[in-house]
Amino acid sequence: MPKIKLPTKSPHIDMTPMVDTFCVVLTFLMLTTTMRQPEPANVDSPFSISETPVPDFNRMTFLLSVDGKVFMNFDNGQDTLLAYRPKILAEMGKHYDIEFTDAELREFQKYPSSIGVPITDMKQFLDAKDAATRNALQKGIPIDSADNQLALWILYARKVNPTIQACLKGDTKTGFETVEKVLDILQEKNVNRFALITNLEATKINLEEIQQ
Amino acid sequence: MAEIIVEEKGKGKKRAKKHAPHIDMTPMVDLMCLLITFFMLTTAFSKAKVMDIILPEKIKDPTKQAPPKIVASRTLNIILGPDNKIYTYPGSVKPEEYSAVPPILPPLSPTDYSAEGIRKLLLDKNRMLARKIAEFNKQVISGKITIHKDSVKSEISKLKADDDTGPIVLIKAYNKANYGNFVDILDEMNICGIASYMFTKIAWYEEKMVENAAGISPTATSSN
Repeated sequence: MPKIKLPTKSPHIDMTPMVDTFCVVLTFLMLTTTMRQPEPANVDSPFSISETPVPDFNRMTFLLSVDGKVFMNFDNGQDTLLAYRPKILAEMGKHYDIEFTDAELREFQKYPSSIGVPITDMKQFLDAKDAATRNALQKGIPIDSADNQLALWILYARKVNPTIQACLKGDTKTGFETVEKVLDILQEKNVNRFALITNLEATKINLEEIQQ
Repeated sequence: MAEIIVEEKGKGKKRAKKHAPHIDMTPMVDLMCLLITFFMLTTAFSKAKVMDIILPEKIKDPTKQAPPKIVASRTLNIILGPDNKIYTYPGSVKPEEYSAVPPILPPLSPTDYSAEGIRKLLLDKNRMLARKIAEFNKQVISGKITIHKDSVKSEISKLKADDDTGPIVLIKAYNKANYGNFVDILDEMNICGIASYMFTKIAWYEEKMVENAAGISPTATSSN
Protein backbone atom coordinates (compact mmCIF):
# COMPACT_ATOMS: atom_id res chain seq x y z
CA MET A 1 0.00 0.00 0.00
CA PRO A 2 1.36 3.27 -0.83
CA LYS A 3 1.81 5.66 1.95
CA ILE A 4 -0.28 8.75 1.86
CA LYS A 5 2.13 11.55 1.65
CA LEU A 6 1.07 14.80 3.19
CA PRO A 7 2.24 17.78 1.28
CA THR A 8 5.02 19.47 3.13
CA LYS A 9 3.87 23.00 3.46
CA SER A 10 5.30 25.70 5.58
CA PRO A 11 3.08 26.12 8.63
CA HIS A 12 1.61 29.51 8.15
CA ILE A 13 -0.35 31.48 10.67
CA ASP A 14 -2.96 33.82 9.37
CA MET A 15 -2.37 37.11 11.09
CA THR A 16 -5.34 38.98 9.69
CA PRO A 17 -7.72 38.58 12.66
CA MET A 18 -4.93 39.56 15.01
CA VAL A 19 -4.26 42.66 12.98
CA ASP A 20 -7.96 43.46 13.06
CA THR A 21 -8.19 43.30 16.84
CA PHE A 22 -4.99 45.25 17.22
CA CYS A 23 -6.38 47.92 14.95
CA VAL A 24 -9.52 48.23 17.05
CA VAL A 25 -7.60 48.42 20.31
CA LEU A 26 -5.15 50.90 18.88
CA THR A 27 -7.90 53.14 17.53
CA PHE A 28 -9.68 53.03 20.88
CA LEU A 29 -6.55 53.95 22.79
CA MET A 30 -5.63 56.70 20.38
CA LEU A 31 -9.05 58.28 20.61
CA THR A 32 -9.38 58.06 24.38
CA THR A 33 -5.90 59.21 25.24
CA THR A 34 -5.53 62.57 26.80
CA MET A 35 -1.92 63.49 26.62
CA ARG A 36 -0.75 64.89 29.88
CA GLN A 37 1.05 68.15 29.64
CA PRO A 38 4.16 68.29 31.75
CA GLU A 39 3.59 70.58 34.71
CA PRO A 40 6.32 72.97 35.83
CA ALA A 41 6.34 71.28 39.21
CA ASN A 42 5.83 67.65 40.00
CA VAL A 43 2.75 67.25 42.13
CA ASP A 44 1.31 64.13 43.72
CA SER A 45 -2.29 64.81 44.55
CA PRO A 46 -3.63 63.37 47.79
CA PHE A 47 -6.40 60.78 47.78
CA SER A 48 -10.04 61.22 48.65
CA ILE A 49 -13.34 59.42 48.22
CA SER A 50 -14.82 62.19 46.10
CA GLU A 51 -16.12 61.02 42.74
CA THR A 52 -16.85 64.33 41.06
CA PRO A 53 -14.68 64.70 37.97
CA VAL A 54 -12.66 67.83 37.34
CA PRO A 55 -14.64 70.31 35.27
CA ASP A 56 -13.27 70.72 31.75
CA PHE A 57 -14.03 74.39 31.38
CA ASN A 58 -14.30 77.54 33.38
CA ARG A 59 -11.73 76.75 35.96
CA MET A 60 -8.66 78.41 37.29
CA THR A 61 -6.24 75.95 38.73
CA PHE A 62 -3.62 76.86 41.26
CA LEU A 63 -0.75 74.49 41.48
CA LEU A 64 1.03 74.52 44.82
CA SER A 65 4.39 72.85 44.67
CA VAL A 66 6.26 71.25 47.53
CA ASP A 67 8.71 74.14 47.77
CA GLY A 68 5.91 76.65 48.21
CA LYS A 69 5.74 78.05 44.68
CA VAL A 70 2.39 78.93 43.18
CA PHE A 71 1.54 78.34 39.53
CA MET A 72 -1.73 79.13 37.84
CA ASN A 73 -3.61 77.90 34.83
CA PHE A 74 -6.79 79.08 33.19
CA ASP A 75 -8.73 77.59 30.35
CA ASN A 76 -9.95 79.33 27.26
CA GLY A 77 -13.55 78.53 27.95
CA GLN A 78 -15.93 76.11 26.34
CA ASP A 79 -15.36 77.65 22.94
CA THR A 80 -11.87 78.60 21.86
CA LEU A 81 -13.35 81.73 20.29
CA LEU A 82 -14.02 82.99 23.79
CA ALA A 83 -10.26 83.14 24.30
CA TYR A 84 -10.31 83.96 27.98
CA ARG A 85 -6.60 83.54 28.51
CA PRO A 86 -5.30 86.38 26.31
CA LYS A 87 -8.02 88.65 27.70
CA ILE A 88 -6.90 87.96 31.24
CA LEU A 89 -3.28 88.60 30.30
CA ALA A 90 -4.22 91.83 28.53
CA GLU A 91 -6.01 93.03 31.67
CA MET A 92 -3.00 92.14 33.77
CA GLY A 93 -0.77 93.99 31.32
CA LYS A 94 -2.96 97.05 31.53
CA HIS A 95 -2.65 97.03 35.31
CA TYR A 96 1.14 96.86 35.18
CA ASP A 97 1.53 99.09 32.10
CA ILE A 98 2.97 96.28 30.04
CA GLU A 99 1.91 96.15 26.43
CA PHE A 100 1.71 92.60 25.12
CA THR A 101 1.94 92.09 21.38
CA ASP A 102 -0.54 89.95 19.50
CA ALA A 103 2.06 87.23 19.09
CA GLU A 104 2.65 87.18 22.82
CA LEU A 105 -1.05 87.02 23.57
CA ARG A 106 -1.41 84.15 21.14
CA GLU A 107 1.51 82.38 22.74
CA PHE A 108 -0.16 82.77 26.13
CA GLN A 109 -3.41 81.46 24.75
CA LYS A 110 -1.75 78.34 23.41
CA TYR A 111 0.53 77.63 26.35
CA PRO A 112 -0.63 74.22 27.53
CA SER A 113 0.44 73.94 31.14
CA SER A 114 0.60 75.98 34.30
CA ILE A 115 2.54 79.22 34.45
CA GLY A 116 4.33 80.56 37.48
CA VAL A 117 6.01 83.66 36.15
CA PRO A 118 6.01 87.10 37.77
CA ILE A 119 4.27 89.56 35.45
CA THR A 120 7.49 91.51 34.97
CA ASP A 121 9.10 88.43 33.42
CA MET A 122 6.05 87.45 31.43
CA LYS A 123 7.13 89.18 28.21
CA GLN A 124 10.50 87.49 28.33
CA PHE A 125 8.82 84.17 29.11
CA LEU A 126 6.45 84.39 26.16
CA ASP A 127 9.15 85.52 23.75
CA ALA A 128 11.52 82.74 24.77
CA LYS A 129 11.49 79.88 22.35
CA ASP A 130 13.25 77.11 24.21
CA ALA A 131 11.94 75.23 27.20
CA ALA A 132 15.07 75.69 29.31
CA THR A 133 14.83 79.49 29.33
CA ARG A 134 11.15 79.23 30.14
CA ASN A 135 11.68 76.83 32.99
CA ALA A 136 14.28 79.11 34.48
CA LEU A 137 11.70 81.91 34.57
CA GLN A 138 9.12 79.81 36.40
CA LYS A 139 9.81 81.21 39.83
CA GLY A 140 6.24 81.04 41.07
CA ILE A 141 3.71 83.85 41.21
CA PRO A 142 4.44 86.41 43.93
CA ILE A 143 1.86 86.09 46.70
CA ASP A 144 3.23 88.30 49.44
CA SER A 145 1.19 91.28 50.44
CA ALA A 146 3.69 93.80 49.01
CA ASP A 147 3.27 92.54 45.47
CA ASN A 148 0.28 90.27 45.41
CA GLN A 149 0.05 89.32 41.75
CA LEU A 150 -1.98 86.20 42.46
CA ALA A 151 -4.81 88.34 43.82
CA LEU A 152 -4.80 90.37 40.60
CA TRP A 153 -4.80 87.26 38.44
CA ILE A 154 -7.83 86.05 40.38
CA LEU A 155 -9.51 89.44 40.11
CA TYR A 156 -9.07 89.69 36.34
CA ALA A 157 -9.84 86.04 35.71
CA ARG A 158 -13.17 86.53 37.42
CA LYS A 159 -13.75 89.78 35.61
CA VAL A 160 -13.17 88.18 32.22
CA ASN A 161 -14.97 84.95 33.05
CA PRO A 162 -17.51 85.37 35.88
CA THR A 163 -18.37 81.66 35.96
CA ILE A 164 -14.80 80.62 36.65
CA GLN A 165 -14.29 78.10 39.41
CA ALA A 166 -11.25 77.91 41.62
CA CYS A 167 -9.41 74.60 41.80
CA LEU A 168 -6.51 73.90 44.08
CA LYS A 169 -3.95 71.29 43.20
CA GLY A 170 -1.32 70.65 45.76
CA ASP A 171 1.22 68.04 46.59
CA THR A 172 0.56 65.91 49.64
CA LYS A 173 3.68 67.39 51.20
CA THR A 174 3.01 71.04 50.36
CA GLY A 175 3.28 73.00 53.57
CA PHE A 176 0.10 74.41 54.95
CA GLU A 177 1.49 77.93 55.12
CA THR A 178 1.38 78.20 51.32
CA VAL A 179 -2.09 76.69 51.16
CA GLU A 180 -3.35 79.05 53.82
CA LYS A 181 -1.92 82.08 52.04
CA VAL A 182 -3.58 81.10 48.76
CA LEU A 183 -6.88 80.40 50.52
CA ASP A 184 -6.62 83.78 52.22
CA ILE A 185 -6.04 85.58 48.94
CA LEU A 186 -8.94 83.78 47.33
CA GLN A 187 -11.21 84.65 50.23
CA GLU A 188 -10.15 88.26 50.09
CA LYS A 189 -11.38 88.24 46.51
CA ASN A 190 -14.66 86.74 47.73
CA VAL A 191 -14.03 83.26 46.43
CA ASN A 192 -15.32 80.99 49.16
CA ARG A 193 -15.94 77.87 47.18
CA PHE A 194 -13.00 75.77 46.10
CA ALA A 195 -12.46 72.46 44.49
CA LEU A 196 -9.50 70.48 45.72
CA ILE A 197 -8.08 68.21 43.06
CA THR A 198 -7.55 64.70 44.37
CA ASN A 199 -7.23 61.14 43.19
CA LEU A 200 -9.92 58.62 43.86
CA GLU A 201 -9.46 56.09 46.62
CA ALA A 202 -12.57 54.22 47.58
CA THR A 203 -13.19 53.83 51.27
CA LYS A 204 -16.53 52.76 52.61
CA ILE A 205 -17.87 52.31 56.05
CA ASN A 206 -20.37 49.53 56.43
CA LEU A 207 -23.28 49.29 58.77
CA GLU A 208 -21.79 46.58 60.95
CA GLU A 209 -18.78 48.72 61.74
CA ILE A 210 -20.99 51.45 63.14
CA GLN A 211 -23.23 49.16 65.14
CA GLN A 212 -20.44 47.43 66.97
CA MET B 1 9.43 35.10 11.47
CA ALA B 2 6.09 33.45 11.72
CA GLU B 3 6.80 31.31 8.79
CA ILE B 4 9.12 28.41 9.01
CA ILE B 5 10.71 27.81 5.73
CA VAL B 6 10.81 24.17 4.93
CA GLU B 7 12.80 23.05 2.02
CA GLU B 8 10.63 21.26 -0.38
CA LYS B 9 11.88 17.92 -1.37
CA GLY B 10 10.87 16.24 -4.45
CA LYS B 11 12.00 15.52 -7.84
CA GLY B 12 10.76 16.81 -11.03
CA LYS B 13 9.93 20.14 -12.37
CA LYS B 14 9.18 22.93 -10.06
CA ARG B 15 5.86 24.39 -10.80
CA ALA B 16 4.79 27.86 -10.08
CA LYS B 17 2.41 27.75 -7.20
CA LYS B 18 -1.09 28.86 -7.82
CA HIS B 19 -2.32 30.22 -4.59
CA ALA B 20 -3.46 33.69 -3.73
CA PRO B 21 -0.75 36.25 -3.23
CA HIS B 22 0.00 36.38 0.40
CA ILE B 23 1.04 39.41 2.35
CA ASP B 24 3.21 38.89 5.34
CA MET B 25 1.55 40.73 8.17
CA THR B 26 4.22 40.12 10.76
CA PRO B 27 5.98 43.51 10.62
CA MET B 28 2.63 45.23 10.81
CA VAL B 29 1.70 43.24 13.90
CA ASP B 30 5.04 44.08 15.44
CA LEU B 31 4.52 47.75 14.89
CA MET B 32 1.00 47.66 16.23
CA CYS B 33 2.14 45.83 19.31
CA LEU B 34 4.61 48.59 19.97
CA LEU B 35 2.05 51.32 19.48
CA ILE B 36 -0.50 49.63 21.70
CA THR B 37 2.04 49.17 24.44
CA PHE B 38 3.00 52.83 24.16
CA PHE B 39 -0.58 54.07 24.33
CA MET B 40 -1.50 51.74 27.14
CA LEU B 41 1.37 52.95 29.24
CA THR B 42 0.82 56.64 28.58
CA THR B 43 -2.96 56.79 28.82
CA ALA B 44 -4.37 58.16 32.02
CA PHE B 45 -7.65 56.38 32.36
CA SER B 46 -8.59 57.77 35.73
CA LYS B 47 -9.38 61.42 35.51
CA ALA B 48 -8.54 63.50 38.53
CA LYS B 49 -11.41 64.14 40.87
CA VAL B 50 -12.37 67.22 42.78
CA MET B 51 -13.56 67.66 46.32
CA ASP B 52 -15.68 70.72 46.95
CA ILE B 53 -15.15 72.79 50.01
CA ILE B 54 -16.88 75.97 51.01
CA LEU B 55 -15.13 78.17 53.51
CA PRO B 56 -17.05 80.50 55.77
CA GLU B 57 -17.10 84.00 54.45
CA LYS B 58 -14.51 86.28 55.89
CA ILE B 59 -15.93 88.75 58.33
CA LYS B 60 -14.44 91.96 57.12
CA ASP B 61 -15.94 94.22 59.73
CA PRO B 62 -16.13 92.45 63.09
CA THR B 63 -18.13 95.27 64.66
CA LYS B 64 -21.05 94.70 62.33
CA GLN B 65 -21.20 90.95 62.36
CA ALA B 66 -20.75 88.73 65.35
CA PRO B 67 -19.24 85.33 64.68
CA PRO B 68 -21.83 82.56 64.74
CA LYS B 69 -22.59 81.07 68.11
CA ILE B 70 -21.92 77.40 68.48
CA VAL B 71 -23.02 75.08 71.26
CA ALA B 72 -19.84 74.31 73.16
CA SER B 73 -20.99 70.88 74.30
CA ARG B 74 -21.27 69.60 70.74
CA THR B 75 -18.09 71.18 69.51
CA LEU B 76 -15.08 69.12 68.64
CA ASN B 77 -11.90 70.94 67.73
CA ILE B 78 -9.50 69.19 65.44
CA ILE B 79 -6.07 70.69 65.08
CA LEU B 80 -3.88 69.36 62.31
CA GLY B 81 -0.50 69.16 63.91
CA PRO B 82 3.00 68.61 62.61
CA ASP B 83 4.32 65.14 61.65
CA ASN B 84 0.93 63.83 60.51
CA LYS B 85 -0.56 64.07 63.96
CA ILE B 86 -3.97 65.34 64.95
CA TYR B 87 -4.84 66.95 68.24
CA THR B 88 -8.42 67.12 69.33
CA TYR B 89 -10.19 68.70 72.23
CA PRO B 90 -13.87 69.13 73.01
CA GLY B 91 -15.63 72.38 73.81
CA SER B 92 -13.93 75.71 73.53
CA VAL B 93 -11.16 77.68 75.15
CA LYS B 94 -11.25 81.37 75.78
CA PRO B 95 -8.03 83.38 75.70
CA GLU B 96 -8.61 84.44 79.31
CA GLU B 97 -8.71 80.81 80.36
CA TYR B 98 -5.38 80.18 78.74
CA SER B 99 -3.79 83.18 80.37
CA ALA B 100 -5.19 82.33 83.80
CA VAL B 101 -2.77 80.94 86.35
CA PRO B 102 -2.93 77.98 86.34
CA PRO B 103 -4.42 77.78 82.83
CA ILE B 104 -7.80 76.12 82.54
CA LEU B 105 -7.34 73.87 79.55
CA PRO B 106 -9.33 71.00 78.15
CA PRO B 107 -7.41 67.78 77.60
CA LEU B 108 -5.69 67.76 74.22
CA SER B 109 -5.68 64.21 72.91
CA PRO B 110 -3.35 63.21 70.11
CA THR B 111 -4.47 60.86 67.36
CA ASP B 112 -3.61 60.12 63.74
CA TYR B 113 -5.18 59.85 60.28
CA SER B 114 -5.71 56.10 60.30
CA ALA B 115 -9.04 54.29 60.38
CA GLU B 116 -8.38 53.44 64.00
CA GLY B 117 -7.52 57.00 64.90
CA ILE B 118 -9.59 59.97 63.85
CA ARG B 119 -12.18 57.95 61.95
CA LYS B 120 -13.08 55.88 64.98
CA LEU B 121 -13.34 59.00 67.10
CA LEU B 122 -15.56 60.77 64.60
CA LEU B 123 -17.77 57.74 64.07
CA ASP B 124 -18.19 57.36 67.81
CA LYS B 125 -19.44 60.91 68.03
CA ASN B 126 -21.48 60.75 64.88
CA ARG B 127 -22.95 57.27 65.37
CA MET B 128 -26.62 58.20 64.96
CA LEU B 129 -26.21 60.03 61.69
CA ALA B 130 -23.61 57.67 60.28
CA ARG B 131 -25.95 54.76 60.92
CA LYS B 132 -28.84 56.54 59.23
CA ILE B 133 -26.70 57.26 56.18
CA ALA B 134 -25.30 53.73 56.03
CA GLU B 135 -28.80 52.24 56.34
CA PHE B 136 -30.06 54.50 53.61
CA ASN B 137 -27.17 53.55 51.33
CA LYS B 138 -27.79 49.86 52.01
CA GLN B 139 -31.45 50.18 51.13
CA VAL B 140 -30.58 51.94 47.91
CA ILE B 141 -28.05 49.29 46.95
CA SER B 142 -30.33 46.37 47.83
CA GLY B 143 -33.16 47.95 45.89
CA LYS B 144 -35.56 48.52 48.79
CA ILE B 145 -35.71 52.16 47.89
CA THR B 146 -35.86 52.97 44.23
CA ILE B 147 -34.38 56.37 43.79
CA HIS B 148 -32.62 58.14 41.00
CA LYS B 149 -28.87 58.14 41.32
CA ASP B 150 -28.69 61.92 41.33
CA SER B 151 -31.10 62.33 44.21
CA VAL B 152 -29.17 60.02 46.54
CA LYS B 153 -26.85 62.87 47.36
CA SER B 154 -29.62 65.33 48.11
CA GLU B 155 -31.39 62.70 50.23
CA ILE B 156 -28.22 62.27 52.28
CA SER B 157 -27.79 65.99 52.69
CA LYS B 158 -31.39 66.12 53.95
CA LEU B 159 -30.50 63.51 56.56
CA LYS B 160 -27.52 65.64 57.52
CA ALA B 161 -29.59 68.78 57.82
CA ASP B 162 -32.07 67.08 60.14
CA ASP B 163 -29.36 65.81 62.43
CA ASP B 164 -28.92 67.56 65.75
CA THR B 165 -26.86 65.08 67.74
CA GLY B 166 -23.62 64.81 65.81
CA PRO B 167 -20.57 66.89 66.56
CA ILE B 168 -19.85 70.31 65.18
CA VAL B 169 -16.31 69.96 64.01
CA LEU B 170 -13.96 72.90 63.85
CA ILE B 171 -10.89 72.13 61.80
CA LYS B 172 -7.79 74.17 62.40
CA ALA B 173 -4.37 73.75 60.95
CA TYR B 174 -1.09 74.38 62.68
CA ASN B 175 1.29 75.89 60.15
CA LYS B 176 3.55 72.84 60.09
CA ALA B 177 0.74 70.66 58.78
CA ASN B 178 0.68 69.87 55.08
CA TYR B 179 -1.81 69.93 52.25
CA GLY B 180 -2.27 66.17 52.37
CA ASN B 181 -3.42 66.44 55.99
CA PHE B 182 -5.95 69.07 55.00
CA VAL B 183 -7.42 66.91 52.24
CA ASP B 184 -7.33 63.85 54.49
CA ILE B 185 -9.32 65.48 57.24
CA LEU B 186 -11.95 66.85 54.85
CA ASP B 187 -12.14 63.40 53.30
CA GLU B 188 -12.63 61.93 56.75
CA MET B 189 -15.58 64.31 57.26
CA ASN B 190 -17.17 62.95 54.09
CA ILE B 191 -16.46 59.34 55.01
CA CYS B 192 -17.95 59.68 58.48
CA GLY B 193 -20.87 61.77 57.23
CA ILE B 194 -20.27 64.68 59.59
CA ALA B 195 -23.14 67.10 59.10
CA SER B 196 -21.49 70.30 60.20
CA TYR B 197 -17.85 71.05 59.93
CA MET B 198 -15.98 74.21 59.38
CA PHE B 199 -12.45 75.15 58.57
CA THR B 200 -11.28 78.09 60.63
CA LYS B 201 -8.10 79.85 61.49
CA ILE B 202 -6.10 78.56 64.41
CA ALA B 203 -6.01 80.78 67.49
CA TRP B 204 -2.73 81.73 69.11
CA TYR B 205 -3.48 79.83 72.31
CA GLU B 206 -4.29 76.73 70.29
CA GLU B 207 -0.93 77.02 68.58
CA LYS B 208 0.66 77.18 72.03
CA MET B 209 -1.32 74.15 73.17
CA VAL B 210 -0.14 72.14 70.17
CA GLU B 211 3.43 73.26 70.70
CA ASN B 212 3.29 72.13 74.33
CA ALA B 213 1.78 68.80 73.37
CA ALA B 214 4.16 68.13 70.51
CA GLY B 215 7.19 69.46 72.31
CA ILE B 216 8.10 72.16 69.79
CA SER B 217 9.86 75.28 70.92
CA PRO B 218 7.60 78.28 70.31
CA THR B 219 10.40 80.21 68.59
CA ALA B 220 10.04 77.91 65.61
CA THR B 221 6.66 79.35 64.72
CA SER B 222 6.18 82.01 62.14
CA SER B 223 4.32 85.25 62.64
CA ASN B 224 0.93 83.94 61.56
